[in-house]
Parts: sequence; structure tokens; C-alpha cells
Amino acid sequence: MVGPFGYTIWLLGALLEATVVVCSVFRGPLRRYFTLNLYMAVSVLVNAGRYWVFTRHGLMSSEYIYFYYYSDAILTICLYFALMGLYAIVFEELGVAMRLRVFMMLLLIGTTLFSYSVVHQSETRMLTRYIVEISQNLYFVGLILTYVLWAALLKLRESRVRVIQIVLSLGMYFSINAGTYALRNQYPHLRMVWGYVPLVAGVFLPIAWIYAFMKFDDEARLAPARLAAVPR
Amino acid sequence: MMAALIFIFSFAALMQFFVSYCRSLIAASARRALSADVQDVIGIKRSASGDDFARVMQFLYLCPDRREDRNGIKAIGAYFRLLGAVGTTMGRLIPSLRAWTESERSQCAYFAAVALDRRIAHNRDMFAEQMSA
Repeated sequence: MVGPFGYTIWLLGALLEATVVVCSVFRGPLRRYFTLNLYMAVSVLVNAGRYWVFTRHGLMSSEYIYFYYYSDAILTICLYFALMGLYAIVFEELGVAMRLRVFMMLLLIGTTLFSYSVVHQSETRMLTRYIVEISQNLYFVGLILTYVLWAALLKLRESRVRVIQIVLSLGMYFSINAGTYALRNQYPHLRMVWGYVPLVAGVFLPIAWIYAFMKFDDEARLAPARLAAVPR
Repeated sequence: MMAALIFIFSFAALMQFFVSYCRSLIAASARRALSADVQDVIGIKRSASGDDFARVMQFLYLCPDRREDRNGIKAIGAYFRLLGAVGTTMGRLIPSLRAWTESERSQCAYFAAVALDRRIAHNRDMFAEQMSA
């Protein structure tokens, strides 16, 4: 049963995701941050689809569970495309964007195959377990890639506030989801924890992106030395 | 085992991203000088102390809300509390960490002062617009 809190967070998340796309259209960075907006648009559609399945079959139905996990895997792949877009923006002056894209696609395929092989070897082969395993691994690889991107931002002394804030918020989103899926794998009965944390994270990401799009333009800069936790 | 490792790494990465995100919010307002009025009201000239934060936040709550600032202020409030907890627990064992958390807390206070300055300026503009209409 989804309580009023769950419904509110769900609706709020979908509205905020739509707002990101609207803000991008009106503030101009739609083309530059196309993959980010694509992710948000797909997320709105997925939320609508989840609601449709939920109202027809119920929260605990196998239809809803399958739809939820498969759509989550699709959203994670879209988030990979968003990450690729950010890599392309950060490395655009070095001209290595294409190589990075190929590398990330190979990594995505490798993660999928690895997750399949892990579940394939287990005795209780369940499709839902495969989906939880793949989601955990995809979010974790996404977290590693975001961490690498963050290290590159510091190394290249990137100073564009908008790019920095988008990358950092994406890193937080990946960390929360990877941690939550890992917790779910370890303690499947802690539904109260892993049921709501991804929903809250799903609200945080669009808020952070709306803030980055509305508050700063592409040329707003800050001193990169201020960002490293250890003074440089 | 793998899930436990992923959880530990994710939590550590989350903390690092959160700290850097808050620092990016603070850095974006660090170069802005406070107006003379706000300096007089809150008693902060150029640099603030961590102890000023609560007082500046009280002024912020008195001032009519600005939607653009709301999330940033909440994030910095959480960061300030995190710094306080780290400073009082681990700061006893590592003095350099205590000094670092204190410097970060003072920057949080300056961020709040800049937010207050913006709110006051915004409200003055709104008032002037209403008077001229």
C-alpha cells in the first residue's frame, strides 16, 4: 500500500522531472544538455507508465514489479547516456568524446553480461533477482564513472558552476541508488529503508538540476580550488 | 560480500559528493561582498564565524522567503550540522580536522549572510515595484 507520503513524493518527482525539461527549453541549454533532458523526459514517461500499471494491477502484482524493475534498468541506461553527454562536455576541447562513448558502451554491455553470469550461476535463478543484481551493478558502475569524471573535473581545473553542480548531484544520485540496491541485496526485509530512499533521491536530482539550470548560466564560474575537500 | 563492499563505497562516495556539492554552493557566493546594511544588522564584515550561523539563520527565517534560495539554504543547513557532528566527535582525535570543520562552518555562515542580503535586496525591489505601481 502506498501511503500519502509515497504518493506525494511520486507525484512531486514526476512534476520536477517535467520542470527540468521545461526550464531547459526556456533557459536555452536544451541542446547542450540534450542527454540529461532526454533522461528526464523518459523518466516522466516511465512514471506515467508505472502509475498506469499500478492502478490496474496493484503494487504487489507481478506485472507492476516486473514493470518497475525493467523500467528502472532502462532509466539507468538513459542515465548512462546523460553521463556520456557530461563526459562529452567536459572533454570537448580534448577531442576524445567518441572514444569515451565507445568505452562507456562496452562497459555497459560488460556490466550486463557480468550481472547475468552472477545470477546464472546461482541455484535459485529468478528474473527479479537478476534485475536487482543488474540495477545494483549498473548504479555502481555509474557511480565509478561519475567519480572518475569528478576527478577529471578537479584535474582539469574545470570552473563552470553548472557542469560541476550537475556532475556532483548525479554522483550523489548514483551513490544513494547503488547503496540502496546493495542494502536490498543484503537485507531484503528492510523494505521501509529501500522502498522510500530511491523515491527521495528521485526528487533530489531534478531539484539540483533545476537549480543549476535556473541559477547559473553556462559561463558562470568559480575557483576549482574551493571544491576539493583537501585545500590545494 | 560484494553488496557490502558496494554499500560501503557508495556511502563514502555519497559523503564526498555531498561535501563537494555544498562547497560548490558556498563558493558560488563567496566572492559576493555583503551590503553595508546587512553588515550592520548581523555584525559580519568580511569573514564570519561558525557561531554566527544560527543567528543569521534566525534573520533569514524572519525575512520573506525567496524560492530560488530555499534548497541551497536547506543543503547548507544539513552540511553545517554534519560539520558540527564531525567536528565534535572526530575533531577531538584529529585537531587539523577540527580546524577544517571550523573554517567550513564559518563559510556556511557567510553563505547564509549572502542569502540574507539577497532576500533583503529582493524584498526591497518588490516593495519599490509595488509603490511605483
